[in-house]
Parts: sequence; C-alpha cells; structure tokens
Amino acid sequence: MNLWQALEPAQLITLSICVPFVGALLVIVTGKIPNLREAVTLITAAILFSIVLAITDYTFLGTTLELDVIELFPGLGISFNVEPLGVLFALVASFLWIVTSIYAIGYMRGHNEINQTRFFCCFALSISSVMGICFSGNLLTLFIFYEVLTLSTYPLVTHAGNDAAKQGGRVYLGILLSTSIVFLLFAILGTYALTGTLDFRAGGIFDDSHNKVVLSVLLVLFCYGVGKAAIMPFHRWLPAAMVAPTPVSALLHAVAVVKAGVFSILKIVIYIFGIEGLKDLATTDIMLYIGAATIVLSSCIAMSKDNLKARLAYSTVSQLSYIVVGALLASSIASAGAALHIATHAVGKITLFFCAGAIMVASHKKNISDMAGLGRKMPITFAAFTVGAISIIGLPPMAGTWSKWYLAIGALETDKFIIVAVLMVSSLLNIAYLLPIPIKAFFSKPAEGAKPWRWSQTKEAPLPILIALIVTSGCCLAMFFYLQPLVDLINLIPGVSTK
Amino acid sequence: MLEQHLAALPIILPLIAAPIALILGRSVLSWGFATLVSGLAFLLSWQLLSAALSEGVISYAVGGWAPPWGIELRVDAANAFVLLAVTAISTLVLVYSKHSIEKEVKATNHTLFYTAHLLCLAGLSGILITGDAFNLFVFLEISSLATYTLVSLASDRRCLTAAFRYLVMGTIGATFILIGVGLLYMKTGTLNMLDLAERIDLYDSSRTINTGLAFIMVGVSIKLALFPLHMWLPPAYTHAPSAVSAFLASTATKVAVYVMIRFIFTVFGIDHVFVDMGMGIILMVLAVVAIFKCSYMATVQSNVKTVLAYSSVAQIGYMILGLSLVSVSGLMASMIHIFNHALMKGALFMAVGAVFYRVGSVEIKDFAGLGRKMPLTMAAFTIAGLSIIGVPLTVGFVSKWYLVSAALEQDQWLVAAFVLVGSLFAVMYIGRVIEAAYFQKLPESRSSEDIKEVSWLMLVPMWVLVIANIYFGIDTSLTTEAANSASEWLFQTNNMLENKVMEGEVLEGHAIEEKAQEVSS
Repeated sequence: MNLWQALEPAQLITLSICVPFVGALLVIVTGKIPNLREAVTLITAAILFSIVLAITDYTFLGTTLELDVIELFPGLGISFNVEPLGVLFALVASFLWIVTSIYAIGYMRGHNEINQTRFFCCFALSISSVMGICFSGNLLTLFIFYEVLTLSTYPLVTHAGNDAAKQGGRVYLGILLSTSIVFLLFAILGTYALTGTLDFRAGGIFDDSHNKVVLSVLLVLFCYGVGKAAIMPFHRWLPAAMVAPTPVSALLHAVAVVKAGVFSILKIVIYIFGIEGLKDLATTDIMLYIGAATIVLSSCIAMSKDNLKARLAYSTVSQLSYIVVGALLASSIASAGAALHIATHAVGKITLFFCAGAIMVASHKKNISDMAGLGRKMPITFAAFTVGAISIIGLPPMAGTWSKWYLAIGALETDKFIIVAVLMVSSLLNIAYLLPIPIKAFFSKPAEGAKPWRWSQTKEAPLPILIALIVTSGCCLAMFFYLQPLVDLINLIPGVSTK
Repeated sequence: MLEQHLAALPIILPLIAAPIALILGRSVLSWGFATLVSGLAFLLSWQLLSAALSEGVISYAVGGWAPPWGIELRVDAANAFVLLAVTAISTLVLVYSKHSIEKEVKATNHTLFYTAHLLCLAGLSGILITGDAFNLFVFLEISSLATYTLVSLASDRRCLTAAFRYLVMGTIGATFILIGVGLLYMKTGTLNMLDLAERIDLYDSSRTINTGLAFIMVGVSIKLALFPLHMWLPPAYTHAPSAVSAFLASTATKVAVYVMIRFIFTVFGIDHVFVDMGMGIILMVLAVVAIFKCSYMATVQSNVKTVLAYSSVAQIGYMILGLSLVSVSGLMASMIHIFNHALMKGALFMAVGAVFYRVGSVEIKDFAGLGRKMPLTMAAFTIAGLSIIGVPLTVGFVSKWYLVSAALEQDQWLVAAFVLVGSLFAVMYIGRVIEAAYFQKLPESRSSEDIKEVSWLMLVPMWVLVIANIYFGIDTSLTTEAANSASEWLFQTNNMLENKVMEGEVLEGHAIEEKAQEVSS
C-alpha cells in the first residue's frame, strides 16, 4: 500500500510540495511536445496523490509529521506540521487535480487555447502552493503559500489576454492581495505581538489573559483577511476570476483556491482561537450572520445570472459561507460539517464546472437561455450536471447531504435557529437556480429560427472531458454511501467530532 | 600596515582613484579601473563589517592626530553595514553602466562620469565612516557636488534643469547642516561627535544647541528627501542617466538617513531629540504622510522612472517611521530597510535602464509587449516589484514584517495599519507596469524595430540584485544580525552617554524609558 515507506515520514511533506513544483519545471522543458507535456502533468498528479495517501496513512497511525525548513525571523520560520484537517484538504485537492488534468487536456485542445505550456506550468505551481497551505505548521507559512497561490493563479485568470481577462485579473489580484496584505498580515502580526508564537496548536494559542476586545477585532481581520473565503463584501474577485479557462474555474475557483480560503479560516478557528475560545468573542456572532447573509444574498444574485459560469461562481460564494458559518458556530459538530463540506462541495461544484466547460467546448454556449434542448445532444453532460446540482442542493443520495446535515445539527445544538433557517432557505434557492438548467436542457426545445451554429453536428464533448465528469459525478454518489474514512479523518481533528 | 589603515581605505581609495580615472581618458579603461576600485572598496568594507561585528568600534585618527582635536574615523556595526550596501551597489552599477551610459551619456563625457561616480562613492563612504561633524559636512558636499554632475550628464537636456533644482535644494540643505554644526561648535568648542555628545549633555536645554539641532534636522531632511522637502528628487531621478538613478536611489538618500540616525542617536541623544524636543511625533507624521502622498503620486505618473522616484520618497518614509518609533526594533527595521530598499530600487532602476537602452523611452505605454521581447529584464522588474510590494520570500516582506512588528510592540496599532495600507499603493504602481509589459501587445509601429534582450553586462548586475532580493528574503540572518547589532550599538552608545550605563548591556526600547524615568525621578 505505502509506496513511500523507504522515506523518512517527514520528508513526504517536502515531496508533496516539490513534486508539483518539479512537475511545473518539466512542463516548461517538455513544452514543445504536447503529448509528453500532458503525460508529465498526469504522472505528477498521480505521484502527488500517492504521496498524500501515504501521509493519510501516517495520520491514521498517529505519527506526527513535522518539518522545520528555514528560520525567516528569530524563532519563526517556514515549518510544516501535518494535521487531519490539512490532510483532508490535500486529499481532495490532489485527487481532483488528476481528474482535472484529464479534463484540461480535452478542454484546452478542444478549445484550441493559446499558451498551453504556461497554463499547465502555473497550474502545477498553484497545486504546489496548495500543498504548502495544507501542511503549514504556523500562520507565517500559511501566509507565504497563500500569497504564492494568489500570484501563481494570476496568469491563469488573465490567460485569454484580452481586455475582459485583464480587467478580471486586476479585480482578482487587487482584492486578494489587498485583503491579505492589509487584514491578514496585520492580524498575523497582531497575533504574534500578543502571543509571541504563530504555531497552530490544538485548542488555540490565545488564553484568558488576552484582551477579548482585541481578539474580537483579530477575528474580523482574519475572516476578511482571508479574501479567498469570499465573504461579502469581498467576494467580487471570484466572479471576476471566471474569465479564466474552465479547468481553472473548476479546480482552482471551485476547489483549490477558494477552499484554501475557507480551510485557512477553519484552521485559524480551530488551531489559533480554539473552538472554545471563539464562544466568548463579541464578533463571532456578527461574522456568523454576515456569513449567513452571504449565503442567501449570493444565492439570490446567482439566480439573476444568465451566464452559466457566473451563476456557478455566485453559487460558490454562497457555498463557501456554509463553511465559514460552520466554523463560526463554534460547535464541534458544525466544525465537522464545515470540514466535510470542503470535500463534498468540491466534488459537486467541480462536476458542475466540468459540465459548463463541456458545453462550451461542444456547442460554444455560455448562456443558460441558449441551452434549451441541448440535453438531448449531450445527455451524459447534463446527467452529470443534475447529479452535481443535487449534491450541491444537499439532497440524498448525493454527498452534499451529509455536510449540510452536520451543519444544521451544529446550528440546532447552539440554538442558532436563524442559521438553520438560512441553511434550509439556501437549499430551496439552490434548487431554484440549479435545477432549471438541466430541466430546460432536457425538456424544452430550442426556439425555432434560433437554432444555433451547426446544431446538427453538436455532440458530446471529447472523451477526456466525459471521463472527468463521470468520475466526479460518480464521487458525488459514492461519497453519500461511503463516507466513513473521511468522517474518521475529521474525528481526528482535536475538538472536532461528528458525534 | 594595510590592516592598520583599514578604516580609512574605503574613502582614500576612490578619492585617489577618481582623478586617475579622468587621466586614463579612454571610456573602456576608466570603466574597468573604476569598477576595480569600487570592487576593492566592497571587499574592504566587508572586512570592516566583520571586524566591527567581532571587535566593536574601530577608531582611526587621521594623520595620527588624536581625537577630539584631529579628525577621527569611527567604524561600528551600523555604518559598516550601510557601507557594505553602498559599495556593493556601486560596484554592480559600475558593471552595469558600461553599456547603459553608451546610450545615455555623450561619449566625450564617459570618463567624467566614472570620475564623478568615484568621487561620489568616496564622499558617501566618508559620510558613513567619519566621526567628525564638520568632516561629515565636507564629505556630504563632495558626494553632493559629484551627484549634481552625474545627474547633469544625461543626453536629455531636461536633466540640466533637474540638476540645477537639485543643486539649489541640495546646497540649501548643506548650508543648513553647516549652520547647525557651526552653532554646535560655537557652544561646545568641539567637532568630534563623541565629544560633542558629552558636551551637549551639559548644555541640554541651551537655545543654541536646540537651534543647531533644528538646522541640522531640516538640512538632513532635505538631503534625504523627507516629505515635504522631497521636491528635488523626482525630476533628478527621472532625468538622470539610468545608471545614476540606480546608484543614487539605492545609496545617496540612504546615507542621508544614516546621517539623521547618527545625529539623533550618537550626537544629540534620543532623550533630547524625542522627549525634550518632541521630534518623534513630527517625524512620524511626516513619514506617514510621505508614505501615502508619494505612493499615491507614484500611481499616477506615466514615466516609469518618475514612478520609481516617488516610490523612493515613500520608502524613505518607511525608514523614518522606523526610527521615529524610538526602540531597538524600530531602529532595526529602519536599518534593514536601508539595506533592503537598496537591493529593490537598484534592481528596478537597472531594469528600467535596460528598457531605455533598447526602446529609448521609459513611458509606461512603451513597456507594452516587452514581457516577450525582453523576458529577463521584465522578469527582474517583476520580482523586484514584488519585493517593493512586500510579497513573502522577498526582502520587502522582511522589512515590512520588522517595521509593523516594531510598531505593534509599542502598541501603535494605527501606525501599523498605515504601513500595511500604504503598501497597497505599490501593488498599483508596480502592477500598471507589469500589466503593460505582459498583457499588452507590442504596438504595430514598433514591430519592425529590433527589440531584444540587453547584453549580459547589464543583465548580470541586475540579476545579482534580484537574486539578493530573494536570498536575503529567505536567509535573513546576515541582515538581521548586522542591523540588530547596529541598532543595539546605537542605543547603547546613546544610553552610555545619556545615563552613563555600563557598556555591553543590551537594552530594549522600553527598558530605556524605564531607566529614563528612574533617572528623572
């Protein structure tokens, strides 16, 4: 089972960051030969996944994996420390990277995209920084890789190179860099000034001696500083990032980047403030309700969008706040639900994006209103879309059910009935903006005279795309029935439990 | 024999070499000679720093006349550290300037350029090393006069007005410093800094001393381009040859900052300057305004060299802010930023100079499409730009970290927030250039021109700085150690003079305040 037994366990962390990095370099070297370049990407992704699996094994065995790389400041440096929450996120990201790589090959070729080498290179670099975020042992390390992730995804957002892409890139970089520099760095330095440490510790690093008012302010700074979590009003970068090619939107802006944001919040809540410590802070509830408002408002905005990717983007904004809310409910079940939602939302939303890209490649359609009747031409794509949509809504028999379930129980446990209501209303809204799309595609006919370009030749997208979306929609289904390993992993997080 | 005179050599060497460079006459010859001399000066200052770190203060009596009557050269961790940065940048800029000035300076003036550069280097080294207040003024004038010449050497005639403006402002500044030093001499009868410090203590509240302090502070503020006395700087940096801008931006103003630190900490004493005279709050406010106003100005310029010039004024704000916090960590943040900013700005100006070499213009619109044509130059600009923004793993992040930490240590949460918000402007002004370079197409009119990468002689110094930007951003031990011992040393001397505390004891900023309170009570 464990391919990496020969190595020191802690070296696996180095490998998990270096393998995608080396992959990125190899992509540049082999850039002239597309088949070889894609093989490099796939092999790198597979190796990375096996490394993360090995790390998971060690986590279940209870081995602590720690690594101090270099001291940047006296007593403070880049260091890694594997904990279950990070392993969960790393598993999700590295597994979906394999799938997305397969998908991207079909998409980028089917769509005749330019600069494919730069694309695959930056993609690998961002995965490398995601691994850094997953296994970071202190806030400084987290911050460094967080910034690297922002910068390495910028060329992917502006990939098309036209005015829209540049504008999108400007918003993307502007919001993510500003929030991280002004709020996050400030909060980190403030934490350091207060406690003299930035390590992630079970139960948090703050204690009763710290001023509660200051901690309340820090919490707000952290929540908004992690701009990647897209809490309103700092959510605009995510819709702006949709100018990127669809594989980027799928893996990065439905999984890796945005999840890095909510993962950071969850990690800060659990390991910096401590779930118990959060209960006494005045701003916890304020941020909780802002999160709840984000859930509802962005669902409403999603309904008004006709562009499929824009609608999915706002849906992502809404779903991210589920995790923020779960973290801020300050209950162990809700935190478990939040952690689980990282995985379940990932497979659901990536399926939806894969479908959006498939539609784009096969029929060059971006707007939902043009998709009437398309379901007959592309049945597999729209079937997968339905599966993904149901998972996002949170209905059985799809994975999304469980995370929503735990979140709702957590809300009930803490007597936050408004949050329960918000979760339920959000499900209804999800139904309202997601399900009409496949229904329209399957059951209505394209308006007469509006038959699009080469209608008769429109067929399913290329095979790699289909393989990818079948795999992820299969995951949505499988994770409903076979969730135990993930739940076991989450139960290992100190202070978090599904019971 | 050489060992004995080590402290004097970084001044003497370029000073003697300068006329020789002129006599050599041929451009290539004097270039090679100047580079060699500057390289030697760098090695010497490396020796000096390691000696200062291990032995403490090195005192050298010029001509064998013992201080306080003779001129004393004093090398300590603080000035050896800055000297290292200055000589390093000077050497790199000289290597770089061979091709750069071929394009920007008339061929007949090339030897003059190298001569002036060496004189400027001699002056800057002198300012750093000297322990004599009047001698400091002399070296300041040597470096300044050389600088006016350097700025006016550009083939663009607008450099003449810029140089004249610089000359007028610089001379006012120098005069103020001279008046200030004169007042101090009048009252105390000495010019040796250490001696001055002891005697100033005796006349603590004397009006003459206070007036002298005011004159010196204003004079130095002009020299270091502290807002609102910075107006000479943007035109000078914009119209000077790129190699000169690179050299001045990363050394001249930094040395002036050092002069301010020197006067505050080792001559007047922090209690006098910050507690009695209340300079701390003045400097802090001016620094914050400089950060905001000039960073904003940088975002609206169309000439990239002007952008970088305004950015320099803003960055000087960070240095002054650090020292206005009056703590070991604040001073340390200033010292680190003096070093780090030299690395960033040097690299940026060199990249811009390379663009001028090929394209013949440094307007932002002319950067369009250069990302593909000059990949190495623009990559250097991007990395150095990220460093100015303060992205982790670059030196900019290290500077920012220490500065904000120092502010938080004093519970100055607002100041810390200002620093971080101010750095957002850098995202804008660097972002505009990068966007033009990478995401705009080369204009049609230009496609026929042969724009390609510059020669390795320009690329190597540029990339040495870029790599230093990353290296010192990751391995901070050298900069931190040097800056830390420099600032601790400055505080110690200050303390020794103010409170007659035993040497060798390490004191934190608040500890000093406590001590001061004990003394006053």
